[in-house]
Amino acid sequence: MRRLVTIVAASLAVALVATACGGGGGGDDQSARTIGIEWGEPENPLIPGNTTEQNGGDVIDALFAGLVKYDVNTADPTDEVAESITTTDNRNFTIRIKPGWTFHDGTPVTAQSFVDSWNWTAYGPNAAEAQSFMEKIDGYDEVSTEAPTAPTMRGLRVVDPQTFTVALKAPFTIFPLTLGYSAYYPMPQKFFTDRPGYEAAPVGNGEFRFESRTPNQSLTLVRNDQYAGSVKPQAQRLEFRVYSEIQTAYDDVVSGNLDHIRAMPSAALAGDRWRTDLGAGAHQKEGLVTDSLGFPLYDPRFANPDLRKAISMAIDRQAIVNQIFGGVYRPATGYATSAAEGFVPNQCGEFCTFDPQRAQQLLAQAGGFQGPLTLTANSDGGHDPYMQAVANSIRQTLGIDARYTPVPSFSEQRRLANDRGFTGLFRNGWQGDYPSIETFLTQLYRTNASTNDYVYSNPAVDAALSQADQAPDIAAADQGYAAAERLVLNDMPNIPLWSRPVIYGNSARVAEAEHNPLNRQDTTTYRLNPQG
Amino acid sequence: MGRYTLRRLLQLVPVFLGTTFIVYYLVWGLSDDPFAGKCGQRECSASYVAQMTERYNLDDPVIVQYLKYLGALLTGDFGQTFSGTEVSTLIATAYPVTIKLALVAVAIEAVIGIAAGVLTGLRGRGFVDNLVLVSTLVLIALPVFVTGLVLRQVLGVELGWIRTSVPGDPTIGQLLVPGFVLGSLSMAYVARLTRTSLVENRRADFVRTAIAKGLPRRRVVGVHMLRNSLIPVVTFLGYDIGALMGGAIVTEGVFNIRGIGGLVYRGIEQQDIATVVGIVGLLVIVFLLANLLVDLLYAVLDPRIRYD
Repeated sequence: MRRLVTIVAASLAVALVATACGGGGGGDDQSARTIGIEWGEPENPLIPGNTTEQNGGDVIDALFAGLVKYDVNTADPTDEVAESITTTDNRNFTIRIKPGWTFHDGTPVTAQSFVDSWNWTAYGPNAAEAQSFMEKIDGYDEVSTEAPTAPTMRGLRVVDPQTFTVALKAPFTIFPLTLGYSAYYPMPQKFFTDRPGYEAAPVGNGEFRFESRTPNQSLTLVRNDQYAGSVKPQAQRLEFRVYSEIQTAYDDVVSGNLDHIRAMPSAALAGDRWRTDLGAGAHQKEGLVTDSLGFPLYDPRFANPDLRKAISMAIDRQAIVNQIFGGVYRPATGYATSAAEGFVPNQCGEFCTFDPQRAQQLLAQAGGFQGPLTLTANSDGGHDPYMQAVANSIRQTLGIDARYTPVPSFSEQRRLANDRGFTGLFRNGWQGDYPSIETFLTQLYRTNASTNDYVYSNPAVDAALSQADQAPDIAAADQGYAAAERLVLNDMPNIPLWSRPVIYGNSARVAEAEHNPLNRQDTTTYRLNPQG
Repeated sequence: MGRYTLRRLLQLVPVFLGTTFIVYYLVWGLSDDPFAGKCGQRECSASYVAQMTERYNLDDPVIVQYLKYLGALLTGDFGQTFSGTEVSTLIATAYPVTIKLALVAVAIEAVIGIAAGVLTGLRGRGFVDNLVLVSTLVLIALPVFVTGLVLRQVLGVELGWIRTSVPGDPTIGQLLVPGFVLGSLSMAYVARLTRTSLVENRRADFVRTAIAKGLPRRRVVGVHMLRNSLIPVVTFLGYDIGALMGGAIVTEGVFNIRGIGGLVYRGIEQQDIATVVGIVGLLVIVFLLANLLVDLLYAVLDPRIRYD
């Protein structure tokens, strides 16, 4: 029996030594030229039409190029694959694409690549996550159901290999501006003929090519030297590394094990520690993300707009931003953010300004508020500190029994929203899909809109939005949307809190690595410092 | 011993079925709408819901769902996550890392813990004894995430001696600090267990006999005393290795080790039945086998113990 013990011990030792030798990364030279990026596991296979979340979207943005591209600083759209997008009535668009674009497998990017991609995304049985992005196209209703009556949308027509036309259901003046979103990227033939092959090694037309992926660990891209875009990529390789905790990724950037982090842990924001730690690598710019608190208008207790305004005016936004977000966030003065085209400052006026006396006055006018006022958010998203602070601010100002009542997860929060189950204020986070004021309004406040969780309905707002959609030019459309925004704010179905800027950090190794205001990585800007 | 082993292996079957069913039922029952929040702030499209419902048999009663899942599992099909990744691929990449980490942790526990225990157990009261008692007390009192975060901050960020995170395919050297963090608590227990056990056995009859026989001290301690004293320690280590093979959510999170613990945690969060049940089923088997191994080791350590 003693022999057995020795054998067990010996084999254990061998196993340890063997695994020790088995490890070790790739060549140092290669890793020295790779930019490591903090990342998380995507929720879906890397298909543009089936990806609406950040992790998948970040890789897809590097793999693909769309008709238009948003400027890295201003978010202004410029033509990328498109040579021209023209229209005479803001309903029928003719899109010409530049010659010379190819997918990574060598096949050309044609008008058909776009049309096939959009049709696939809209087709009901494909169950694509970004399906609703196609809803403005004529014929969408026939293909988007579970049992479609048409295979493709009649609004899309290929004229020649370089040209296709898009007919919308109704005029939508800012349509060209929305085309930079990843749902509108073209798809290669390989996707339609060999889906498993595509999912294992995605093929795009963007500045980086897919190299390899280890699920739950990392994904690597290499530079596409055949890239046809005007700004060529410079970095040799990008490695997206999966992190479970942002704080670990942050420490990795500070100590030089990682090059780019896409957000900051709250511990680093406190006291501006991230600026000291990262120095020139600390970046911040205006973005398209807002936080707000919605009212369940299906609950009769919240029927009075004066009550809703009183609660809004009882929140000391600036104090909360200073205390909890180190002064980095911007107190909201409306629904849109300043990075969006058409943004008008101070739309909300006094109703988004902290004014205890006026708030108490309005509350008295509305007849007071009975019972506890609950504020709900999901506690898995780091919302606890500020929700607590908002509840305190309301309680102290109005003397209402305002309480923060968290639910455990984001999915629970969404279930309550879908079931119309909220009994008090609920948190809303909104990330604009394209840099226009419209992205902050239509989806949220139109009657029966997809994310109208408040069940808000005002015919005047619907009419104003429709009018803006059909405006003769973009400037007029923006004015129309701003007018609609004022109408909504006057009803206050949703209390604007603040906008979150785009925050990211680079290690000392990195010369440049920028996000655009949509908080998407512009990987053409990525480059390392020259090695000394 | 063969029949005993066989009987124990057969016991695996009902335990495996029972645990996987309970886990399946619990994950399934977490929420009545598995698609809430799946599509961000928007509601999922009806066609997406229909497709996913069909792929995961969500329309069937839970028992039928479970049986269908089990049927696929028996043919070696662990199923897919919602994101379309094979669960078997996930396990294949994550499990080697977990095993490595667990072995490092147990090795640290065993070597340092037993050494400290023997040292103090033989010497009796004195400076070393007090030192070990106090330091183990500190380790027991500290939660793992505190030890982990402090070591990461001090050794990784301030001193730069270690990497603050562990790469996807780590070497043993890179796992030493995480292994120490993971094993620190158990290490303290092992040291104390060994010490107590040795102190007790020091006065046992068989030890006195061995000394009276005139055996050299090394042999008395090494063969007679230690072997008998180690039985509770081996029990503990066996249990611990089973538990560590189940991954370590906290330590894995702190050092970003892409192991099985984080995978299960994420699976539960996203209500990914296939991931959770697949991994938990595997872990149950590993745990039961580790315990069986410990029971068999008893017979090796103490010839008086016989099975059959």
